Amino acid sequence: MNAYVGTPTSRVDGRAKVTGAAKYAGEFAADLLLHGFVVAATIPRGRIARLDTSKALKVKGVVDVLTHAHRPPLAEQDEAWKDEVAPEQGSPFRPLYDNSVKFNGQPIALVVAEDWETAKFAATRIRVEYEEEAFATDLESERTKAAKVDQPHKPRGDASAALTRAAVHHEADYVIPSEHHNPMELYATTAVWDGNGKLTVYDKTQGVQNVQKFLCSVFGRKPNEIRVISPYVGGAFGSGLRPQHQVVLATLGALALKRSVRVVLTRHQMYGLGYRPMTIEHVALGANRDGTLEAVMHEAIAVTSRFENFSRNDTGWGEQLYKSPNSRLSHKLVHLDVATPCDMRAPGAASGVCALECAMDELAVALKLDPIELRLRCYSDRDQSEDLPYTSKQLRACYARGAEAFGWSRRAPGPRSMRDGKELVGWGMATGVWEALQMPVAVRIVLTANGHAEVSCAASDIGTGTYTIVAQVAADALGLPIENISVRLADSSLPQAPVEGGSWMAASSAHAVLGAAEEIRQELVRRVKAMPASPLGGVDAPDIILVDGTVTKAGDRSRAVSIADIMRHSKLERIEKEKLNQFEEEKSYARNTHSAVFAEVKVDEQLGVIRVTRVVSAVAAGRILNTKTGRSQVMGSVVWGIGMALHEETLMDHRFGRIMNANIAEYHIPVNADVHDIDVIFVDEPDDRINRLGVKGLGEIGIVGVPAAIANAVYHATGKRIRRFPITLDKLLD
Amino acid sequence: MADTTDQIPERIPINLVVNGARRTLEIAPWTTLLDALRDRLELTGTKKGCDHGQCGACTVLVDGRRINSCLTLAIMKDGAEITTIEGLAANGALHPLQQAFVDHDAFQCGYCTPGQICSAAGLLAEGRARDADEIRELMSGNLCRCGAYPNIVAAIEQVMGRS
Repeated sequence: MNAYVGTPTSRVDGRAKVTGAAKYAGEFAADLLLHGFVVAATIPRGRIARLDTSKALKVKGVVDVLTHAHRPPLAEQDEAWKDEVAPEQGSPFRPLYDNSVKFNGQPIALVVAEDWETAKFAATRIRVEYEEEAFATDLESERTKAAKVDQPHKPRGDASAALTRAAVHHEADYVIPSEHHNPMELYATTAVWDGNGKLTVYDKTQGVQNVQKFLCSVFGRKPNEIRVISPYVGGAFGSGLRPQHQVVLATLGALALKRSVRVVLTRHQMYGLGYRPMTIEHVALGANRDGTLEAVMHEAIAVTSRFENFSRNDTGWGEQLYKSPNSRLSHKLVHLDVATPCDMRAPGAASGVCALECAMDELAVALKLDPIELRLRCYSDRDQSEDLPYTSKQLRACYARGAEAFGWSRRAPGPRSMRDGKELVGWGMATGVWEALQMPVAVRIVLTANGHAEVSCAASDIGTGTYTIVAQVAADALGLPIENISVRLADSSLPQAPVEGGSWMAASSAHAVLGAAEEIRQELVRRVKAMPASPLGGVDAPDIILVDGTVTKAGDRSRAVSIADIMRHSKLERIEKEKLNQFEEEKSYARNTHSAVFAEVKVDEQLGVIRVTRVVSAVAAGRILNTKTGRSQVMGSVVWGIGMALHEETLMDHRFGRIMNANIAEYHIPVNADVHDIDVIFVDEPDDRINRLGVKGLGEIGIVGVPAAIANAVYHATGKRIRRFPITLDKLLD
Repeated sequence: MADTTDQIPERIPINLVVNGARRTLEIAPWTTLLDALRDRLELTGTKKGCDHGQCGACTVLVDGRRINSCLTLAIMKDGAEITTIEGLAANGALHPLQQAFVDHDAFQCGYCTPGQICSAAGLLAEGRARDADEIRELMSGNLCRCGAYPNIVAAIEQVMGRS
């Protein structure tokens, strides 16, 4: 039955991607296509006093310049601008809505021309005068203005008193800077004017139906008037969860001019959208001499915009990982004159667990305990926030398998105790944790008489491998070779799917495929039983399976009828079934993925240059649908963790409220030479409680814990504890 | 910037040999080779990731050498032979690097992939890389945000016959 699920199947979209045939949002052709170029605000707060477009309009080839004063109507109510991922509290940003400037880099005009170069040139001819207002963009100087947001975590016991009493305690601030996703593909939309007011919008998004509903709401269109398509997405990592500026602008342009319009943001302009918010994580841990915890306190103070409250769960992860009778957790926001942050790979956990796991390492040093031993002494078999057991939790096995593969037992415990020539060697470790979420998804399967099946769903594949796992699950469920399965995704006219995010799409789409395939099976069973002298006549329906292109009695391959014969006899060309899968809300278990991450760094003692020479990531995430793409996904997450630890930081000049490194050379991300050996281990974790296949999802877990493991390794190498990320060489040499 | 002109430049005829086919086009001097390929010749396999020579997604082979096509004006390459990702597969059979990238899962989203593969083809032609460390160093002009680097190195090693 499982010819494909659980195997290292190559990507079914691999050929399209290596030949250049895969088309991304900004690459779809259209007749008489116009090109838009965005003009962005250069102040962080104020009003546009004058916006002179006359010179731009005189440039030959310019068709129009859209501004807040010259545009088609846009919705006036906040509710109309709230997409399905928008923060509950706030007033979403509206491009070209009025003359207010809310953040630097905000789009304020769209030049539309016959070609891109002309639009770009004409944009330099636009003159803007502002009435500037006082602004603030510095989290640290505004820290005292932080306001607490509602969080589900209830305090347990009296953490302050327990901390005071504790035999050993550690308390520190860890500072995570703002970071930008920087997917390789520029944010892009091609809005194709189909005539009669209808649009086909090719957009770089993680959720075509989210964008489709949003556009209909913002532009007052009927659902059948806008269709959103996004077959390939050149990376997103959370940046495509909410509708991006350019999809509004391209749609605005197409509706204004009744022509197709493409808008591609520049790399620089992409920094005017969402990002991982800078966060000051304050962690305090109190322990007994034996390494059991008495108190966990974790407070996060994060950036958000003036107009939306964006917050995630930074501080709740200790409730899941470490047993402590007392805990107090809180999340605070500082409103600044910046764009609203958004989800970025493992939002909340990447930052919060980084701080927690650095703090645990510092506590281990204070207790003179091995870092793994400390974690085992306060290992929690229950999620303490709700006092629930887990559907499965093989974190102990992660520690054991990871440590063995890494060679942890050979670690000399003291800092600066290991060396390789002129380089100091450090070994560090950390724990990772993420949620195993699942969402309602519908799938349509069309089985044709030639034994092929088309499986379709509005879900996106942002590089995560959704096309491939959907094909694998469908091939196994329908008993067909994977070559006979074609998968269509990311078209808003296809069956329902939420945005692709939060690591929920693997489990959600896989079970939706199972649901639709079961409908197909039942239809085939009805048909085969109706055939004269059917070899499956007396067989109970549940005992009939689909295998090798036939309908067969389980365990008796002699009693089989080919799908082709059934369809011919039933005079059918195709069987089409669509099914919405919903998971039962079983509230008596916590659902999580876990990991143990081990990192080796080598630090040049004179120069402070840090290299991450080895990483072992042992992951427990239920059943892995595809061990090849799954390994790649975790490996890529580890690379993200290297970036977070050593490279990534969006730098703001607070005198101007403007990002200084809004490009992909000065915003550092790991390059090939920064990445060495990465060993991904999938720990066996059977889980028959979470869902039928035992799938938990892999998109986020791979990054969580990696920055802390590297920071802890840097401490072990050098004896220096750097609590302000990224750990750059200047901080080591200070 | 001073408003020196509101006139856009005249288009100039050039010839390019793209993937073996001679292409004549009238092009403005400010058009990059990247935009000429993507917008004028509809060869969108070559990607734009930064337009500033920072990411390598636009890498193509010009007269056999790998270059960033976003840092090259099309008119500078009048008469040149250009190979893009669309020109690497021959008669439907994948180039060994394309096959190796699939085999080693050397990509996820696929957006940097054409540039990685063209860059790797250029690297092999240069004959400079002898081991994995040198591949890493000499492929570091091609960013991959999905973090597929170890698999990219493995794919290139396979084609170099060293895996």
